[in-house]
Amino acid sequence: MNRLPAPFGNRIDRSRRIRFTFEGKPFEGYEGDSIASALAASGQWVLSRSFKYHRPRGILSMTGADANVLVQLPSEPNAGAERTPVSEGLRVSAQNVNGSLERDRDAIMDRFGRFLPVGFYYRTFMGPRRDSWLKFWEPIIRRKAGLGVVDTKAPHRHFDKTHLHCDVLVVGAGPAGLNAAIAAAEAGADVVLCDENPEIGGSLSYGRYDPAILSNLSSRLKALPNLRVLTGTVCNGWYEDNWLPLIQGNRLHRTRAREVILATGAIEQPAVFRNNDLPGIMLGVATQRLVRHYGVRPGRSAVVLAANEDGYRTALDLLDAGVAVVELVDPRSVGDAGPLEAELRGKGVAIRKGATIEAAAGTSGNRHLARVRVGGSWIACDLLAVSIGQAPAWQLPCQAGGKVGYDAAAEMMTITLPEGSVHLGGAVAGTDELPDAIGSGQRAAAAALSRLGHAMAVEPPITPKSVGPRYVQPILADPKGRDFVDFDEDLQVKDLQNATKDGYREIELVKRFTTVGMGPSQGRHSALATARVVAEATGRSVAEIGITTARPPVGPETLGVLAGHHEALERRTALHAKHVALNAAMKPIGAWWRPYYYGDASGAEEAVREETLAVREGVGLLDVSTLGKLEIRGPDAGEFLDRLYTMAHANQPIGRVRYCLMLNEMGSVVDDGVAYRMAQDQFYVTATTGAVARVYADMLFRNAEWRLKVDVLNLTGAFSGLNVTGPKARLVLEALESDIDFSRDAFPYLSGREGTVAGVPVRVMRIGFTGELSYELHCPSSQAPHLWDAVMAAGRPHGLRPYGLEASRILRLEKGHILIGQDTDAITTPDELGFGWAVSKKKPFFVGKRSIEMRARLGQTRRLVGLQFPAGARNIPGESCLVLRGGAPVGQITSVGYSPSLGRHIALAYVHVDDQAEGSRVTVKCRDGELVEVPVVAHAFFDPTNARQEI
Amino acid sequence: MKLLTCPMNGPRNIDEFQSFGPVRAKLDPNSTADAEWSRHLFRAENRKGIVVEWWRHVPSNYFFLAERDLVSNEIIRTFDASELRERA
Repeated sequence: MNRLPAPFGNRIDRSRRIRFTFEGKPFEGYEGDSIASALAASGQWVLSRSFKYHRPRGILSMTGADANVLVQLPSEPNAGAERTPVSEGLRVSAQNVNGSLERDRDAIMDRFGRFLPVGFYYRTFMGPRRDSWLKFWEPIIRRKAGLGVVDTKAPHRHFDKTHLHCDVLVVGAGPAGLNAAIAAAEAGADVVLCDENPEIGGSLSYGRYDPAILSNLSSRLKALPNLRVLTGTVCNGWYEDNWLPLIQGNRLHRTRAREVILATGAIEQPAVFRNNDLPGIMLGVATQRLVRHYGVRPGRSAVVLAANEDGYRTALDLLDAGVAVVELVDPRSVGDAGPLEAELRGKGVAIRKGATIEAAAGTSGNRHLARVRVGGSWIACDLLAVSIGQAPAWQLPCQAGGKVGYDAAAEMMTITLPEGSVHLGGAVAGTDELPDAIGSGQRAAAAALSRLGHAMAVEPPITPKSVGPRYVQPILADPKGRDFVDFDEDLQVKDLQNATKDGYREIELVKRFTTVGMGPSQGRHSALATARVVAEATGRSVAEIGITTARPPVGPETLGVLAGHHEALERRTALHAKHVALNAAMKPIGAWWRPYYYGDASGAEEAVREETLAVREGVGLLDVSTLGKLEIRGPDAGEFLDRLYTMAHANQPIGRVRYCLMLNEMGSVVDDGVAYRMAQDQFYVTATTGAVARVYADMLFRNAEWRLKVDVLNLTGAFSGLNVTGPKARLVLEALESDIDFSRDAFPYLSGREGTVAGVPVRVMRIGFTGELSYELHCPSSQAPHLWDAVMAAGRPHGLRPYGLEASRILRLEKGHILIGQDTDAITTPDELGFGWAVSKKKPFFVGKRSIEMRARLGQTRRLVGLQFPAGARNIPGESCLVLRGGAPVGQITSVGYSPSLGRHIALAYVHVDDQAEGSRVTVKCRDGELVEVPVVAHAFFDPTNARQEI
Repeated sequence: MKLLTCPMNGPRNIDEFQSFGPVRAKLDPNSTADAEWSRHLFRAENRKGIVVEWWRHVPSNYFFLAERDLVSNEIIRTFDASELRERA
C-alpha cells in the first residue's frame, strides 16, 4: 500500500472504506478517493493504453484534464479516473484495450510506428473505392480507436436547470480567485465563486503553503452572506454578455454575471524526451495532489526535473512523504541558489544544474518507469516529477475575446483581454508566486467593482513582478522517437516536424493534419510545445504561430445537462371536453388537439361518411376554434387590410364579409381567411390555424413600419368558433333564442351580424367552406361550451351531427376549396390557383403586387385543377404523386380523397397550364409506378354553380 | 447568451426576440425594373459595418430597431420605430 498517514489526504475519509473493481480485480479505497488515486494507492499505475501505439499510460496531471486516464463505467464511457469518485461496488474497466490492459494484443503497434506516419488517416483511407471509408476503414478504426461503450439501457437520470444572477462571478477558487471574491463581496457586491474541485483553495489545498493561509481565507469567506461558493462546479464556457453555464453534477446553473473574474490558473506542461509517457512520469502538481489530497505516495525513489520554484517545493514535499529523492535535475545553469535549494541540499538531496532528462526507460513492456538518463548516465527511479513551466489556462479567457501572445523577454505565453467586464487574476494573468497571485486577484476585483460603481475599501498595491525570464525547454526530436508532444493522439516531435515539411505551416492546418490537440485534453498539455515545434521548424516566433481557437465547451459535458424538457406543447379548444364526451377520436394537428371523427376507431370510415352526408343533407356542427382570429381596429383599419391582402377592404361595406388572400413580397400565397367589417374602424379577420402566429407578427411588423392608425389584437385563444352548416342550418339557428334575423333576406351570404344567441354574445358570419348554407358563430371562449350545448339541443330535432376534421376536409375538397400549405407551396401565385377574382386590379399597392405582375410576365407554367377519378378506379395516386407531361413532371397531387356524395375519388393537382381546360386528360404516376390517366374538372366537383351555400 | 435591450421591456435574453432583418431601402414598385426588383427580393447585402435591424420582442409583440456592428456583434443602441420615421 502506498498510503501515507494523516494529515496527508485532506480529501479522504479513512473511516469509510470503499470496495470496487478495476478490470475485474478487487480494489479498495476510501470515501473521497478518485478512481485514479485509489488505484495508485494499491500500486495500479497503468490505467489505459494509448490511442495509436497501445503503450501503457497512467496519471499525468491529476487535474481532471488528462487524456490517458479515461475509463469505462457500467453506464458511462470516457469517465476521467482522476475526477470520478469511487463508489461501493463500482465496476471500472480500461478503454482502448485489445485483450487485457495488462496484455494488450495491439501493443505490437508500438513496433510498427513507422508504418503509421503523421497524416496516416488522410493518406490511407481514401480508397480503393469511393465507399471504402464507410464500408471498410471506418468500422476498423472505430474498433481500434478504443473509445468507450455507450450503455443504451442506462437508467434515466434527473437533470435540472436553474438561473443564477450575480454582480461578480469568480471562476477558480485558488489564491487569486479567493482573494478576488472576498474583496468583491466585502465591498458589498453579490458574488458567486465557483471551482471544479470538491474544495476551495486551488494550489493552497495541495501546494507547499502554510495551511493557515487557506483557513484564514476560508473563515473570511464564511462570514460573507453575499458570497455564494459553488464547489464541484465546472464553468464550461463563456458566451456573449457574460452568460456562463456552471455545471454542478446534474445541475446546470445558467448564469448571468455583470462582471466576470477568471482566475482559472495555469496548466503545468510536460517535458519532451524519449519515453516521456511512461507510467511513473508525472507533473509536479500530480505528485503534490496525490500526496496532500489523497495521502498517496507517488513512488519510492524519485528524480525531480525542476526549472522553477514549484519544482523545488515538489522535491521537498516528496521528501516529507517519505519518497527518496535521488536527484533534482535543474536545466537552468545560472541563477542564485534560493532558500529552497539550500533547504534541499540540507536534506542531502543531490542537485545537478545545467542538465536535463535526456530519455527514460521502462520496465518490461514499458509498464512503469525504471530509469532516466541524465548527462549520459542512467539513474534508477520509479518516479519522475516534472516541473519545467506552465501555460495559462487560456480556454475561458479566449472564449471571452482574449488574445494569446508570447512575451519573448519573459519567455511566457500571455493572454490579453480587451477592456471590459471580463478580468483576469492570478496565474492565468501570468503571476508566479503567491503574493503576486493574491494582489492580482484583488486588482481584478477592484477593476470589476469600479465598473459596478462600488468603492473598494483599500486599493490593492501593485506588486512589481520580480521574476526573470522563464526556462524554455528546447524541443529536439529524439532519433529513436517516442518523444511525445501530444499524449492523447500519440504524436511525437518528428510527426509535427514532418507536417510542416509537408507544407502545413499554419497551426490550424498542423492541427487538422496531425490531429494535435484534438484529443480529450484539448491541447492543454500539447498546445505550447506544438507552437514551439512549428515555430522552430518554420523559422518564426511562438507569438506568430499562436494556438488554435478555443471554443466552448471547456470540458466534456453530459448530454443530459443540455437536454430540455420532454413535454410536448399542447393546445385544447374550449370545447375539448364536449368532444371527448361525444367519443371523438382526438388527434394533434400541430399543437392543437382536434376531433378527427366521432365514434370508435372500428367504425371510422362509416363515421366520416355519415358526418359528410349529414352536412350535405341535414346539418352538421364543427368546432373551428383553432382558426386564427384577429381584430383590426382604428381609423386606418381598411387601408391597413388593403395593403396586406389582395382584395379591396377600404370600401367594404359594414356588415359584409370578404375573402382575404395574403401574399408575401415574392408574390406567393401565404395565408387566407375572411374579413368581417363590424364597423367603419373595426374588422374581424380570420387566419389559418397554422399561420396565425406568423400573420399576427407580420401585421404588427407592418404596422410598426407603416405607422398607420391601427391596433391589432390576437383573439385566437380568447374566442371560439362553431360552424353550423347544412341545408337545415337556418332551422337550427331560428330555433335558438336570438336577436339576430337569420332569414335569407335579412342575413345574406357573405355578410356578418352581431348579437346574442342563447344568451351568448356572438359574431356570426355566413361563409361557406363546406359549400352548404353555413353560419359561423364566434363567441368568447368561456361561453363556448354553453353555446355548443344550446346548438346541439336545438339541432336534435333536425338530426344535427357534430363532425370532425376528416369530414371537413372531404367537404371542402368536394367544393375544390384550397387549404393553404396543403394545396399551395412556397411559390404558388394567385394565378396558379385561378384566384384572379381575388386580386384587386385597382389598388395601387399591396404586399406582393409588384412580384405577381412580374411573375405573370415571366409566364405561368402550372395551374391547380380538380381531377375526378372514374367510379371504381383501382389505382388512386396519393398526395405528392407526380403529374407527368411527355414523361416529365409538371406538377403533383396536393389533396386526394373519396367523395361519398359523388361516389368516387377526387383530387386537387397542379397540371401544366395548357392542360387546365375541362376534360383535358393528364397522366399521374401512382405510388407503385403505374401511370393513370385522369380527366380535369374545371369547376367544383359538387354543386358546380355554388347555389347551395347561398340559399 | 446575448442580451438585447428592448426599448419597452429593458435588457432581456436574446432568445426572447425574433429578428426581422435589416431596414432596407424602399423601392418604388412602379419605377423599378424587374431585374432590380428580383435583386431587392433575393439578394441580401452582408457588408462589414453597422446595420439597423428590425427586432420583435416575442412575448410582448413589440417591434423596434437596433443598430448592430456586424463585425463585433455589438448592439450599439435600440430605439422605437417612430424615430426611424422622424429621421426619414
